[in-house]
Parts: sequence; structure tokens; C-alpha cells
Amino acid sequence: MSAVIDDHGHAGHDHHHGPAKGLSRWLLTTNHKDIGSMYLWFSFAAFLLGGSMAMVIRAELFQPGLQIVQPEFFNQMTTMHGLIMVFGAVMPAFVGLANWMIPLMIGAPDMALPRVNNFSFWLLPAAFGLLVSTLFMEGGGPNFGWTFYAPLSTTYAPESVTFFIFAIHLMGISSIMGAINVIATILNLRAPGMTLMKMPLFVWTWLITAFLLIAVMPVLAGVVTMMLMDIHFGTSFFSAAGGGDPVLFQHVFWFFGHPEVYIMILPAFGAVSSIIPAFSRKPLFGYTSMVYATGAIAFLSFIVWSHHMFTVGIPLVGELFFMYATMLIAVPTGVKVFNWVSTMWRGSLSFEAPMLFAVAFVILFTIGGFSGLMLAIAPADFQYHDTYFVVAHFHYVLVPGAIFGIFASAYYWLPKWTGHMYDETLAKLHFWMSFVGMNLAFFPMHFVGLAGMPRRIPDYNMMFANFNMVSSVGAFMFGATQLLFLFIVIKCIRGGPAAPAKPWDGAEGLEWSVPSPAPYHTFQTPPDMSEVHEHRKGTGGELTP
Amino acid sequence: MSQQTTHEQYYVPDQSKWPIIATVALLVTVYGLGTWFNDLKADRAESSGPLIFFVGALLVAYMMFGWFGAVVKESRAGLYSAQMDRSFRWGMSWFIFSEVMFFAAFFGALFYIRYWAGPWLGGEGDKGISNMLWPGFEYSWPLLNTPDPKLYPAPEGTISAWGLPLINTVLLVSSSFTLTWAHHALRKNNRQQLKLGLALTVLLGAAFLILQIEEYVHAYTELGLTLGSGIYGATFFMLTGFHGAHVTMGAIILTVMLVRILRGHFSPEHHFGFEAAAWYWHFVDVVWIALFVFVYVL
Repeated sequence: MSAVIDDHGHAGHDHHHGPAKGLSRWLLTTNHKDIGSMYLWFSFAAFLLGGSMAMVIRAELFQPGLQIVQPEFFNQMTTMHGLIMVFGAVMPAFVGLANWMIPLMIGAPDMALPRVNNFSFWLLPAAFGLLVSTLFMEGGGPNFGWTFYAPLSTTYAPESVTFFIFAIHLMGISSIMGAINVIATILNLRAPGMTLMKMPLFVWTWLITAFLLIAVMPVLAGVVTMMLMDIHFGTSFFSAAGGGDPVLFQHVFWFFGHPEVYIMILPAFGAVSSIIPAFSRKPLFGYTSMVYATGAIAFLSFIVWSHHMFTVGIPLVGELFFMYATMLIAVPTGVKVFNWVSTMWRGSLSFEAPMLFAVAFVILFTIGGFSGLMLAIAPADFQYHDTYFVVAHFHYVLVPGAIFGIFASAYYWLPKWTGHMYDETLAKLHFWMSFVGMNLAFFPMHFVGLAGMPRRIPDYNMMFANFNMVSSVGAFMFGATQLLFLFIVIKCIRGGPAAPAKPWDGAEGLEWSVPSPAPYHTFQTPPDMSEVHEHRKGTGGELTP
Repeated sequence: MSQQTTHEQYYVPDQSKWPIIATVALLVTVYGLGTWFNDLKADRAESSGPLIFFVGALLVAYMMFGWFGAVVKESRAGLYSAQMDRSFRWGMSWFIFSEVMFFAAFFGALFYIRYWAGPWLGGEGDKGISNMLWPGFEYSWPLLNTPDPKLYPAPEGTISAWGLPLINTVLLVSSSFTLTWAHHALRKNNRQQLKLGLALTVLLGAAFLILQIEEYVHAYTELGLTLGSGIYGATFFMLTGFHGAHVTMGAIILTVMLVRILRGHFSPEHHFGFEAAAWYWHFVDVVWIALFVFVYVL
């Protein structure tokens, strides 16, 4: 791949302008890099907001008894924390990375539909403005958990649920249009000779993620529409008194919700699959199997949804089917973990911040995967269901999974975005504080969960006091550390050692063939990729130091 | 001006005000709707909701005219290459797929109620214990008795498949044929036949909608079949209602295409706007076939 590292990056010979001045640059932009940056900043703001809600939760749970907030407000905090982190922090961060990197990785001049791209972004602040405003409405904001099960979210919901529903609709439109754009870009704008099997895995995983998004976001729109009709127009989708069924809500929701889990992790898989080879100075082990494993995970994600509902009362054959199908996911996921480890095996490893986060990702995500396997066992799940064990499980896949994947990506590509190297010492400090804080916060939750502490309750039995105090201390540490990340990023934008086009000697890919910072417009004339070998031939990775 | 396209270059539009207008328009619309719905439910005498909604809807219409107008202008100025055309094709295909999945949610709800939740509530099957909620409740489909008739008064009857729905099926299927006829005419550059075929399609669509409204009036006034008459009414009206909304949208899109054709737009080689509208119409037609089978007949 090093053969293509040349200067065809800015071959634009026509009168190309840079960015417009002032606010209109951001409001009206059609540039994938501008839009990518806005997504990333939006995501970080949402991360801090959702994070402060987590701080409220952990402060209340610092000791047993009610000290700081009332149960009603506590419920709003758990609900909004989940919604904001899922839809506001994790998903937009990956869309931001996709916007920035996919055109650079496949040699495209921009996203396929640049105006739609701008629309997808600006819908997000609108949707979240609406969602967060519900906290200040009469009766309070959503208090029914991020999974908003009926009838809590219909019959017994505060009035603001109507705006919650419309906010979900706006987010859905944003996600669907963003996903359409990603697919059109990948399928139509690849540079000549860039075959599908030459694409970096981040592009592959995003292609499949985008498919998942288009398949399930409309189903989420459907389920909130049913809620809206039940609340305002007398339908009985979720009311057994009219022949409907509250469990129907859970089926439709989780048909969306399970693929959603993979939407939040697949792009991280892709990014880590670029980062680990770069810092192991070896080509990725098993590229082709990575592609097929991603496809298999996506397929399986559609047929496992009822494992979230083992205790709600589904027929025995359903329990069995969903249990085995869920366990099957361990196979393609295992293939991935095996490949990452094999990539590092006998590599020439160095541990800069992106690699630290990537290695922690592999280890800690695997822990989250194992607790998922425990939860998949239907008879055992009757004990674990709705306890802190579940909270521990999904925070282990989301924090050191999705979030560490995002941090790894951010450090890996910051030099390309800003033209400066970030402060490696501070970044390492950020990593270790996050690593220790996050494990302190979430590991004890396994124990209190197995011992029976229920989730979503502001008070708890005295016997859980010590572990909860440890959790809270860890959470405060993790939360405060993210301000350090903000400082590191701002410092990197404002200055620092100049970054070369390819700051990581083992890195591969077209994005390193353009200067750092990447010019405002890149690849207006697509690079020719026909001489570059496909990964599966095993010859794509000769690297010259 | 963005790049003067040589043929290898992909058209990347300049800054555009339409997306941000679209965002504001949608936000105002849904805020108005939400306020309106909440005020209705709480029986508040005065509501600012309808006015806010109306302003939002106007903004949406303005944005649609402006944004699509800009795209039409660029297309006619020859800024779009074959590659751009493929982007639009992928975009439209995946948009239609997302619509398929939206309908799938409601069809899924229908199947789940009919094959699992309904029989269980009537005491049959694996989870027949649900019958303890309303002992003696007997499940049948169409559901002419609800578990709690005070909350959800059951309908007295349902719409027969072999009356208006059958006529509507014939109308919509014919409209797909007339549309294809028009498309062939466009490719052969037979503008008269194109106009005729497209106008016929819009008329057939309008006739479908009129009959559908008649069916709804019949259901509400004579059968007591309403949104609130239990799960049969809920699934019936949501499925046919969303379909009707899509027919309305499709008919408007086709009308816009007709206006464009009257103004001399489209050539036998380049007419993706028309094709996208046709794809949408055929999709709506296929959804109707599924509705006819699963909602009316079975």
C-alpha cells in the first residue's frame, strides 16, 4: 500500500476555495470534513451531558438511602443518561468518524449526497434540544428507562412523552439519511481499482452498520408511532384490554434494539482493525474472515432480540431458540478477537495512546462478551435479569468497547485532522485514568448484580454499600478524566509538533497519502488503486519503515 | 461556483441553505403537533399547537419546493454525471427499503397479535394463562369482541375484502400498468402517450383515495370500526392509513412529474426523477397487495 503514498491528494487544479467564513460555514456546509467535525463535537457535548447525569446517579448511589435526588428525578436521570449516550454520544461519534474518514479511505471527493449529509447532522441538535427540553416540562422528562417499555411509557407516562416520541422520530430520520449517504458513498464513490476486498475494515464495518441502521431505525419509528397512537388516539397496540399486548412493545422495540447494539460496536471493530496492525507493524491477520465475521454478526443480530425478554413470559421454544442463536454470536466475535490477538502475535509492538485504547478494547470488550454469554443462558438469566449484572455487562461492551474504540480512533486520526501531534504524555494519562476509573466503576457491579441488587432503583440494601461506594469513586474518576481529553484535543488543535502525512510508521491506507492536516478538498481526481493488491492475497502489507 | 465538471469529476454542491431550513421546518412542525396533541388530551381550551404546526408545515412545503427545485435546476444544467445518477439511484433504493421496514413493523405487530398474543388471551396455546386476566374472553379474528368493551368498544362488523377493497386493488394495479406504459413512452420519446399515461395514473390514484375515504366513513359511521375499537381497528387503520398517506404522497410526486413533463423536462436518456417517482409508486402498490391479502382477505 505504501506504493500509493504520493501527492495525488490535492490534484484539484480548478479554482478551489477553502472553507467559508463565520457561522455560515457550519450552518450551510456540504463538506464532509466540516460535517464530520461537527458530528464529533456534538457527540462529545452529548457525552459530557449524559456523563453528568451518570454523575448524579452515582452520587445518589454513593451511599444507601435517599440523599441527593428524589426517586422521580432519579428515574429521569437513568432514562436520559441512556438515551443521550446511545443516540447522542456513541452513534454520532461513529457517524462523525465515517464522515471524516470514509471519503479519505476510499479516495472519494466527498460523501455521495453532501446536502443530505448536512441535513442529517443538523437534525441532531434539533432532536436533542427537544429531548432535553422535556426535563423542564410540567410532569418532568421521560422517566421510564431508555427502553421505554409500555405501559410505563404510554398509560403512565408524563405528558412530555409526546415530545420524546417526536425527538426519536427526528433522530431516526437523521440516522436513516446518514446511513443512506454512507452506503451510497461506499458503493458508488470508491476510487478506480478500489475493490470491495481492498477497503479498510472501518469502511466494511460501516457499510454493514449502515445497512443495519436502515433496516431497524424505521422499526423504532414504528414502535414510537404505535405509542403515540395508543396515548392520543385510543388504539390498543400495547393494551390487553383491547386485544393488544404490552409484550408486543418489547418485541418491536428489541427488534430494533438488538441490531442497535451492533450499530454501536461494529464501527469500533473496524477502527481497531486498522489501529492494531499499525502499531504491531504487521498486516491485519485474517482480513477476509473479519469481513465475513462482521456480516455474520449483522445477520445474527436480527434473530436474537428476545434474549432481552427471557423473563417476560415467552414460550419455551422461544427461550431455547433465542438462547442458542445468541450463543452463536460468540463464534464470529471470537473470530475477531482471535484475529486481533494474532495480528499482535510476534509483531513489533509500540504502545502509543491509540494502541493502548485498542488493546484495552480487545481485553475489556471480551470481558463484556463473556458476561453476555452468561446472560444468554436463559435459565441463568432468570437470576440476572434486571440486576446490576446486566448494567455491568452492557457498560463493559459500551465503555471500553464503543467509547474506547472512539478514543482510539480520535488519537489515531487527530494528527490527520489537525496537522499536529497530540501530547502523548497527557494522552497516556487520559488512558490510564479512564482505564482504572472505568474498571473501578463497573467491575463491582458484577458482584452486586449477582447478589441481587436491582437496577434503576435509587436506594439499596446496606450489604451493597461498599461496592457501590467503590463504583461511585471509579465513576467520578472516569468522568473527571474526560475533561482532560477535552484539554488534550484543544491543545492539539491549537498547536503541537507538526504531523507528517503519515505519523504512524506502520499505518496503512489512502488517508495517509494526503497531507496533514487534510486539505479542505481531497481526491477531486480519484487515485488509481488498481495496482494495489487485495488484502486476501496476503500481499497488501509490505511496509517500508 | 463549485467545480466546472469535467466528466471524471463528481459534483459536490456549494453551501446550501435548504438543509438547515429543513431542520427548522421539521422541528417547528413536530413541536406544534406535540403541543396540539397534548392540549387535546388534557382538554385545554386554547392551544397554540395548530398554529405552530401550520407554520411548520408551510416551511416544510417551502423547503421541498426550494430544495427539489435546486436539484432539478442543477440536473437540467447538466451538472450530474452518470456517477451522480448512480448515487441518486442508491439513495432512492435504500430510502424505499427503509419504508419497507417501517411497514414491516406494523405487519409484524399484526402477525404477532393474530398468531400469538390473541390466541393466548383467549386461553389457547403456550401462554394461555393470560386468559385469567379476562376469564371467558374468546378470541376470534376479526376481533368482534374486546376483553374490556367499556374501554375499547368492539366493532359491529368489518370491511369485506370483496367490495371496495377489491375495486381498489384493481385501481392500484392498473395504475402501475399505466405508469409503466408512460415510462415506455418516455423512453421512446412519445410525449403525448407519456402525458396520457401519467395523467391516467394520477387519476387512478385519486380514485383509489376517494374510495378509501368512503370506506373509512362507512367503517366509522356504520360499523363502529374505529381506531379505538380494539386491536383489529388499530392494526386496520394504522396499516391502511399509512398506506393511504403514502398513496397521497406518491400521487403528489407523480403530479409534480406531470407538471415537469408539461414544461418539457426529461429526455429518453435522462429522467431519474421520473423513475424514482415510479419506483415509489410501484412500492406503494406492492404494499397494497400485502395489505389486501393480510388485512382484508385473511
